[in-house]
Amino acid sequence: MSFLIDSSIMVTSQVLFFGFGWLFFMRQLFKDYEVRQYVVQVIFSVTFAFSCTMFELIIFEILGVLNSSSRYFHWKLNLCVILLILVFMVPFYIGYFVVSNIRLLHRQKLLFACVLWLTFMYFFWKLGDPFPILSPKHGILSIEQLISRVGVIGVTLMALLSGFGAVNCPYTYMSYFLRNVTDADILALERRLLQTMDMIVSKKKRIAVAHRTMFQRGEVHNKPTGFWGMIKSVTTSVAGSESILHLHVGTCLGRWPQLSSVLKGKALGSFDYAGLPDLSLIQQEVDALEELSRQLFLETADLHATKERIEYSKTFQGKYFNFLGYFFSIYCVWKIFMATINIVFDRVGKTDPVTRGIEITVNYLGIQFDVKFWSQHISFILVGIIIVTSIRGLLITLTKFFYAISSSKSSNVIVLLLAQIMGMYFVSSVLLIRMSMPLEYRTIITEVLGELQFNFYHRWFDVIFLVSALSSILFLYLAHKQAPEKHMAL
Amino acid sequence: MLLSQARPLIGCCPLCAFAGVGKSSLVHLLCQNQVLGNPSWTVGCSVDVRIHDYKEGTPEEKTYYIELWDVGGSVGSATSVKSTRAVFYNLLNGIILVHDLTNKKSSQNLYRWSLEALNRDVAPTGVLVTNGDYDREQFADNQIPLLVIGTKLDQIPETKRNEVLTRTAFLAEDFNAEEINLDCTNPRYLAAGSSNAVKLSRFFDKVIEKRYFLRDGNQIPGFTERKRFGGGTLKSLHYD
Repeated sequence: MSFLIDSSIMVTSQVLFFGFGWLFFMRQLFKDYEVRQYVVQVIFSVTFAFSCTMFELIIFEILGVLNSSSRYFHWKLNLCVILLILVFMVPFYIGYFVVSNIRLLHRQKLLFACVLWLTFMYFFWKLGDPFPILSPKHGILSIEQLISRVGVIGVTLMALLSGFGAVNCPYTYMSYFLRNVTDADILALERRLLQTMDMIVSKKKRIAVAHRTMFQRGEVHNKPTGFWGMIKSVTTSVAGSESILHLHVGTCLGRWPQLSSVLKGKALGSFDYAGLPDLSLIQQEVDALEELSRQLFLETADLHATKERIEYSKTFQGKYFNFLGYFFSIYCVWKIFMATINIVFDRVGKTDPVTRGIEITVNYLGIQFDVKFWSQHISFILVGIIIVTSIRGLLITLTKFFYAISSSKSSNVIVLLLAQIMGMYFVSSVLLIRMSMPLEYRTIITEVLGELQFNFYHRWFDVIFLVSALSSILFLYLAHKQAPEKHMAL
Repeated sequence: MLLSQARPLIGCCPLCAFAGVGKSSLVHLLCQNQVLGNPSWTVGCSVDVRIHDYKEGTPEEKTYYIELWDVGGSVGSATSVKSTRAVFYNLLNGIILVHDLTNKKSSQNLYRWSLEALNRDVAPTGVLVTNGDYDREQFADNQIPLLVIGTKLDQIPETKRNEVLTRTAFLAEDFNAEEINLDCTNPRYLAAGSSNAVKLSRFFDKVIEKRYFLRDGNQIPGFTERKRFGGGTLKSLHYD
């Protein structure tokens, strides 16, 4: 009886999470696209729902809600479903949508999707070999095998994101790093941009006029494609320009007074001896100028963004974030330091922060309080905060990433990739969160997940975190250095 | 307006080879009369020039240059990108709004694009202006000629074509503009003599008239007018 009640509670919460994932998909991710394949939306919401349920079960474990046997049952069920989705369904659909984008393979979509999926499974399996994750006495398709591999990928992702986030957060919050940008700088840059565009326009006009003349003379110049086309175009263009020389000069005066003024007034270096523009040279100049205009555009956008940030930092909110930035930079340095210590001294934390904090207060500060009661509540709050911030942080990062690289063709594939990343990320957070919980609550995770070498995952996280944080520092330093140099060059 | 999926990224991600709505293909088709073989992300702004015969076939025929400015970016971009784009929005002579026929949301964003282009963007919060809330008053005094172009016509299956074309006809009516639906990979849609080519020609004529004849009585011999594609809006800018 109690099992039924518990199950209905779980199912209700799962439906709620599913709804939330659905809304998030529609309102945030796909707000500029039309959803044509509902499968994608369903898969994304289902992955989100089951991942959140895992976190919910952890919270229930701490609070002691629900029957312990039904909790165990739901853990197992949840884990099986999530692994099924992450290892079988999502990769298969990714392969399917990739194949449907390629026109050639349209006929046998399913076949090629299966081939892709089998390749994925092969690499997924091979992933487990170099890592000492499992004791070898488990069967091939057991939960432990799958989870261990999913865990490796997920932990790598978590550490990468965490490392970059830890460094980037103080960099963006603190106003110490803001470059000084004045309105005059922006105006000067915009003027350069417009000048470059004007030069491009005038050169394109010359090309257009030349094309039109050749077209009217019956020399239809199709753009050369491929290797032989390029060879052909070199030989024919030279011959063509000479023959239409005289006619061009004759017709221009009569029909195009403006063109004749252009020819007379602007006989520049790119005209050959006959007075006819050398098209390939002009085209090269145009390409170079277009590249320059792109760079200038990006720089101008960058300057506008910096100016906005400077203005924002003068507001009250900006000052608050600036202060937070100092705090976070200290936290970041501490984390890097701890990661280094862990690796160098091969240290594995045995106790979680809650128990250790309580120990310190009880033993050193001599404050007595009800340990059991407080440890439950504090670990609930701590774990809750970790869960909520990691979910929120991940969703925001995914959204930004999606906006940056998606297009109408590839949006389905990218969303599925994001769902895969999200699922793996959440599964490995469960693995790592075990460290932050007191011993009595860790048992269920250890029971359900079997005999994984948890210490390996923590070590792996530290290594990747260190690598990621240090390379982000290097990257940001180089980017920061480069920008004021560009300014000087203006 | 083109809901351009082109963000300021350099380089082309292999999955996104056919990016966005097709502004660059359209501009290439209009100016070079050729299909663009390798479309890639538009970073910043790209310009192309088309030579147009004003009042073709009549004794007052004159040749003008028309500059088509294709400004990349999406309508929901950061304010910094919008302010950078605003540099290109001076002195328009005409606007071409381009949308993707296979993506309904790109046509809904056209309203916001047109407002941004006309410097009357009052909805920074990203709330989409739907057909119901659309305020025709804002376009009532608009003197700038508009043209609505829908791309990727070939990707709409025959059965849905009618419904899509009715919807776009309403859209064009809202803007009080002519409408052209085509496929940028097939030059026959703009073949000489077809109705699309006639509409295009009439539009360019209107733009030239607005620039040169309505303002001052005398004719300035054919310098350029700029039209800009701003995320699918094509604005003309005059160049003196």
